[in-house]
Amino acid sequence: MQRYSALSLLRGGLNGQKSWQRAWRDPAPKSHYDVIIIGGGGHGLATAYYLAKVHGIRNVAVLERSWIGGGNTGRNTTIVRSNYRQPALHNLFEFSLKLWEGMSDDLNYNVMFSQRGAMFLGHSDSDMIRLAERGDAMRAAGIDAEFMTMDQLRKKLPLLDLSDKARYPIVGALNQPRGGTARHDAVAWGYARAADALGVDVIQNCEVLGIDRVGGKVTGVQTTRGPIGADRVGICVAGNSGQVAAMADLRLPIESHLLQAFVSEPVKPMVDMVIMSQSIHAYVSQSDKGEIVMGGDPDLYPTYSQRGRPDRIEGVAGQCIALFPALSRLRMLRSWAGTTDMSFDGSPIIGTTPVEGLYLNGGWCYGGFKATPASGWTYAHTLAKGEPHALNAPFSLDRFETGATIDETGAGPMPHHR
Amino acid sequence: MLLIACPNCGPRAQAEFTFERPLASIVTPTETLPDLIHKLFTRENPRGPSWELWRHTYGCAGWLKVHRDTHSHQISAALLVDMETPS
Repeated sequence: MQRYSALSLLRGGLNGQKSWQRAWRDPAPKSHYDVIIIGGGGHGLATAYYLAKVHGIRNVAVLERSWIGGGNTGRNTTIVRSNYRQPALHNLFEFSLKLWEGMSDDLNYNVMFSQRGAMFLGHSDSDMIRLAERGDAMRAAGIDAEFMTMDQLRKKLPLLDLSDKARYPIVGALNQPRGGTARHDAVAWGYARAADALGVDVIQNCEVLGIDRVGGKVTGVQTTRGPIGADRVGICVAGNSGQVAAMADLRLPIESHLLQAFVSEPVKPMVDMVIMSQSIHAYVSQSDKGEIVMGGDPDLYPTYSQRGRPDRIEGVAGQCIALFPALSRLRMLRSWAGTTDMSFDGSPIIGTTPVEGLYLNGGWCYGGFKATPASGWTYAHTLAKGEPHALNAPFSLDRFETGATIDETGAGPMPHHR
Repeated sequence: MLLIACPNCGPRAQAEFTFERPLASIVTPTETLPDLIHKLFTRENPRGPSWELWRHTYGCAGWLKVHRDTHSHQISAALLVDMETPS
């Protein structure tokens, strides 16, 4: 692998950018792999990378039906944070955040991870009590969390509407200074390039059509590029987990919904951190290009269409403008949608399945991007050892029938009430 | 946005309706445990036509059963819950 450095950038600048090599190969599928990962998003590519790097398993293929990072990895709002209240969740996401902090060095690829702070706004006394509980739980686990007073908010974010007459009055906030954003495409490309350098085959335009089993054990997959044998197969296709799992006659506690995101035209820096409100469920940040990135509630009904409803755009824009009145002057540049795996407790599923040799990573709802490195790390462990890592053991597929759900919002088995 | 033809009110925008759950996932008090798990958690989640329970929340407040394709969004039937479902 050609290493990227300041010197290689300089060399490229001097020779008309002719010295760059392909970032990863375009291999034809082999007849057999130790591990096949279905799905070339960030999670699948990270899994392949950690299988090769941490576990020494390099005879690995990542099968992607279109292009890598073209699904939810390229459709999210790039927010990274670990400010969850429940231990199972904040342990996993904090492990993830620590991997984010070293990711660019580890992959030799600039993922533009920017720890600009991620803040939950509070709009009422009860909001502030909930945020205080959350912050206490985080700090007890060694995770950074700080309460923000109105004076601090005024100084930090002068464009927020902090007046008494605000549509959504703000009374305080909980900040996680180590939270922030990353360049989502770079995450997929960085993991693909680093995995490829360790011998992993990243195979694009290769759709899985069936999962082969002999005597109840997985033996490989059928694809649009022919059959491929494998000792172990890992599903990692959030949005379509149920469709792929059905190829092995599994039914998952997942419903496929849709989440939209929007960006404005680019402007000079005006929001220098990630601002979220759980009560009105809108989130705002500014990309490095200057676009204001906005998101809100999912579309609240099952769909695989990747087409969003326009009244959601209007609603979220209204919420964001209420928080930042100056946004009303901006034009919307574009909006898009992704299919999300809504699990029935709001938490992901990473682990074994009832089918021998078949593993599942999915159910990330609309919060999977921030977990990309930890998801890959724990899934690689699960695929290599045949049993979960301590961090993903609570996120088992059978927790729903045993009642051990991990329900951060306490909403019950209602995927569209998240 | 979907256009749903409510039998009481006529064609109305999706913004007036709320999705409740797939029709096959309505839980009754006498379910066996495996059926209960299927209805509460491991639903079919089809990519294609599906019977669903919707409510015309901001209209007549009636409960509807809607036959809708989850990929193309085509709606082939919208009935009140006490109407007979065509097979």
